[in-house]
Amino acid sequence: MTDQHESDLLFKALADPTRRTLLDLLHVNDGQTLNQLCENLDMTRQGVTQHLAVLEQANLVAPLWRGREKLHFLNPVPLQEIYDRWIAKFEKPRLKAISDLKKKLEKDNG
Amino acid sequence: MAKSTFVYVTYIRTTQERLWRALTEDAEFMKQYWFGVHCQSEWKTGSPWKMLGSDGTVLDDGEIIAADPPRKLVIRWQHRTRPELAAEGPSLCTIELETFDKSVKLAITHTIEREPSKFIDAVSGGWPKIISNLKSLLESGESVMENPYPHGK
Repeated sequence: MTDQHESDLLFKALADPTRRTLLDLLHVNDGQTLNQLCENLDMTRQGVTQHLAVLEQANLVAPLWRGREKLHFLNPVPLQEIYDRWIAKFEKPRLKAISDLKKKLEKDNG
Repeated sequence: MAKSTFVYVTYIRTTQERLWRALTEDAEFMKQYWFGVHCQSEWKTGSPWKMLGSDGTVLDDGEIIAADPPRKLVIRWQHRTRPELAAEGPSLCTIELETFDKSVKLAITHTIEREPSKFIDAVSGGWPKIISNLKSLLESGESVMENPYPHGK
């Protein structure tokens, strides 16, 4: 898997509101079965299965088998990677700009 | 008693052998992605295991329940420094490595026999940062973060 391909799968998975709801449901209660997830969604079982498959492909959901039961776990690692790659980098210059402004204003006062 | 389980999965472009070394024997390498922390063990089934902070404090300790290099490692993991977390007793950390194409799938499952668990909540903030750092370091030679809490949180 190339990085580009990984990012595409990840952002595509996050672009859908139902899939974001699924992630929120797992955040509240991790390790749910398909049936449990279906109870909280107004959608066919098949629809939920497809959305879960997209989340699994993007590595946002990690399946664990307990006997015959498939449990779905939220995998936070790709979100951390998005944070490192797409958020922290852009946050830094802005934080520096604010701290420079503060220094300048405080200097002008004194 | 109910179980608290957290699962962390990532794919790293490396070999199982390199990743195994990065997770076990190579303490200096470990410090680079684990924010100064490293583990000490013989890494064999039954060996004692401990995790040391940068000042040498034992943060966690326990035992290697199973070691199958470079595939699987199971650690009985007891926290030591924060009393409210230590009181929850030992947890079980399973680390699995599997080759997929040109990458290695790293899956970490951390469980404790209680629900809810303050300990699992505490480690759940750390693991994604550590794993993301490890992936970056193995793939590019640079870790993304030296400080896990850059804004003082």
